Amino acid sequence: MDYGQRRQHLKDLSEEQLKKRFWQLAEEVVEPLLTMSYNHTTPSIERSVLLRMGFNSLEAGSIVKGVHAHGLLGKGAGHVVYRFSQEKQLDLLEAGRQLAVLDNWDEVKTLMEGGPGRGAQS
Amino acid sequence: MEPNHKLDLESLLADLEHYRPPRQGWLWRKTAPGQRGPFSYREISADLDRSIGLPASRYFEDIDPQPDTVITTEIASGRFEDDIRRMRMAAWHGADHMMVIRTAGQSHFDGLLEGTPEGVGGVPITRKQLRATRKALDVIEDEVGRPINFHSYVSGVAGPEIAVLFSEEGVAGAHQDPQYNVLYRNINVFRSFVDAAAAKAIMAGSCMLQIDGAHNANATAREAWKVMPELLVQHAINCAFSCGIGMDSQQIALSTVPPTAPPAPCISIDLPYAVALREFFDGFRFRAQMNTRYMESSTREATVTHVLNLLISRLTSADIQSTITPDEGRNVPWHHYNVQAVDTAKQALVGMDGLSDLVELKRQGYLGDRIREIKERAILFLEEILETGGYGAALERGFFVDSGFYPERAGDGIVRTMEGGISAGTIVQRDADYWAPVCHHYGYNTADSCDSIGGCTLCRPEKIQYIDELDAEDNAHQRLKKSRPYRSHWLRPEVQWAGDGVVVVNFFLPADSRTAKYAALAMAEKMGLADAEVIHSECMHPAEGTYLEVRGVWDGSIDSSELDLPEEKEPLSERTITEQVAGHGLKVVGATVGEDEHSVGLREILDIKHGGLEGFGIDCHYLGTSVPVEKVVDAAVEAGADAILISTIISHNDVHQWNMRKLHSLCQEKGVRDKFLLVAGGTQVTDEMAKANGMDAGFGRGTKGIDVASFLVETLFLQEQNSEN
Repeated sequence: MDYGQRRQHLKDLSEEQLKKRFWQLAEEVVEPLLTMSYNHTTPSIERSVLLRMGFNSLEAGSIVKGVHAHGLLGKGAGHVVYRFSQEKQLDLLEAGRQLAVLDNWDEVKTLMEGGPGRGAQS
Repeated sequence: MEPNHKLDLESLLADLEHYRPPRQGWLWRKTAPGQRGPFSYREISADLDRSIGLPASRYFEDIDPQPDTVITTEIASGRFEDDIRRMRMAAWHGADHMMVIRTAGQSHFDGLLEGTPEGVGGVPITRKQLRATRKALDVIEDEVGRPINFHSYVSGVAGPEIAVLFSEEGVAGAHQDPQYNVLYRNINVFRSFVDAAAAKAIMAGSCMLQIDGAHNANATAREAWKVMPELLVQHAINCAFSCGIGMDSQQIALSTVPPTAPPAPCISIDLPYAVALREFFDGFRFRAQMNTRYMESSTREATVTHVLNLLISRLTSADIQSTITPDEGRNVPWHHYNVQAVDTAKQALVGMDGLSDLVELKRQGYLGDRIREIKERAILFLEEILETGGYGAALERGFFVDSGFYPERAGDGIVRTMEGGISAGTIVQRDADYWAPVCHHYGYNTADSCDSIGGCTLCRPEKIQYIDELDAEDNAHQRLKKSRPYRSHWLRPEVQWAGDGVVVVNFFLPADSRTAKYAALAMAEKMGLADAEVIHSECMHPAEGTYLEVRGVWDGSIDSSELDLPEEKEPLSERTITEQVAGHGLKVVGATVGEDEHSVGLREILDIKHGGLEGFGIDCHYLGTSVPVEKVVDAAVEAGADAILISTIISHNDVHQWNMRKLHSLCQEKGVRDKFLLVAGGTQVTDEMAKANGMDAGFGRGTKGIDVASFLVETLFLQEQNSEN
């Protein structure tokens, strides 16, 4: 269908109405993308959290690799580091550095199964 | 920083571990309309403390009015330590937005780069590079007296980390648009949007200005002028998504490019689009970029297109005026082309100062109809995205960067599948106990602050870890060691890197283009240029000739400390000149000689209002233009003049030198040579040349009245006194 036919429902709209419709449609298009973004994370997002927690880029890269590989990204990489530090009585950076080279993650996985909100309670 | 001192690159690289940027966030120019020299301006900002004006500013009291818009220059030669020097040059000409292009490949690097490795077509963006550059910009902005915005890119598969890095290091602006990742970097659509949300929240938190990526559709589409409806859609998707994250519309700049270029009737196509965009996106900022889609290797052609782009900016609006260097069609931009592009923007914008007070856009008729049509087509585009099943489905059906004028489709759009692309399958659902104890973190989170970790780096920057270098060889320190001789007294030409040796030779050859090309290369070789390459060729006529520009490397250098620089003569003080003239009396006869109608130069030297000889009390007899040399000599004899001043601008067949010799010999014949000082002036005149042709002195381009007055007084009165003493 060409432009002349397709525009029939728009041709009588005022400039203001046109603008309003444009933005309504744009918001409708991005709404599911915003919801998806709100509920998901990625390796880069988790590395960005670790950077903000004081890790350098090399440490953040190694830790997130481990967290992702062991299915714990959904908990938050910072969360994993924090819980591990509490468990091992280590400061955050040291805990993270140990995780970065950790071979056996069974203990960490068990630790993170402890239920929601434990990180936030501390 | 002293203007005559070079930046000390080695010291800029020292002690970066402890460097902190002076501020976060973007700064706009402060408008300061009013009088500058002889003129009143409406659309300008505060003057710089130190700057270099346009070449013609010398006719207008050396004013250097700065437009009201931020001016961008894009610099990225691959070696940031050389780019820093270029930033200083660009800032002196009026740039206050330094945009650093990233090295090829950084978009796909899953993490941050560190150190200072050399880049390709851009710079590896790292913490060290950012700190050293920002540290240099601190010095440069103090020098010019205006804040400088530093800018790079938050895109690729490490967007959120780069946003954190930029926030920590005081980067003021960044490109951020998930559609760019998807369409041009083939990064998975879901990954791009989830990462973008996190990055945008961090950018918003540090008041960084976001620039979107819609302009890339212009640069990519086969028929760029037809993607206008889609451009509105791309801008809207990024704006609505950004506002949904919590970004303020004043923090979002639409990157917009006039879609077409001559010989297309570009204003009639580009202007309705620019107006439609500004009406729909009222409340957002506009970053007006210049057209790159139709750039060829002609720097002249590119400049004309860019001036027409600047006309669109002035007829509509621009918060940031970006510049494309006129050489971008043939190489990664060179130093002086960055400066030229900044000057083009400055020149055109101040030249069009107050344009909106003079002309009005005709909303009725063609312009209004086109604006309406573009808007409606954009709405239809959005409607079809929703009908198709949303953004991902539209991508799968190749809706974007299609060359058809929507709703027509050419079927050549970029197709991306939802499950495909780089880093597909890497987004992870956040669990109910997801916890991230940091600031400006978008999305579901059971932590509400960074208190539990004693503050994140955005609150406590002392927690930031600094990595210096990861590669002992590929770093700025090693490169600086090699280039050190060429940054001190050894001079070697350069276009982008210290000591690169690159020069360009211009040729006109009376031959067809193909013959001319190989002849020019052979000539460049004979000149001793290595790696010669024709970077521009333009047919003047299929048989009569070709114009070419040939780039090559000159593998030599000059020791500037051993150069024999002729002494620069300071003119006498105005007071001394006036006193001497008052004491002795001084009379001159002046004329433009031969068949030459140029009067401006000599009038400037003589007239009191231009600071000329009359102002010092010198009695000036101006005879006019195209005066025969005989008549000048007769007039001087009759007036009892002390000096004859001839102006000679036309220099075809060396007629200017011929007139000098004629004046000298005529005075000899008449036996009056020792009665007069003979002075020649003109754009092609030098002191040496004038003396070689029998004159007592010659004055070239840039001469002021005081220079000539000083010579006359010195020679007639002071040297005489000295010899008498």
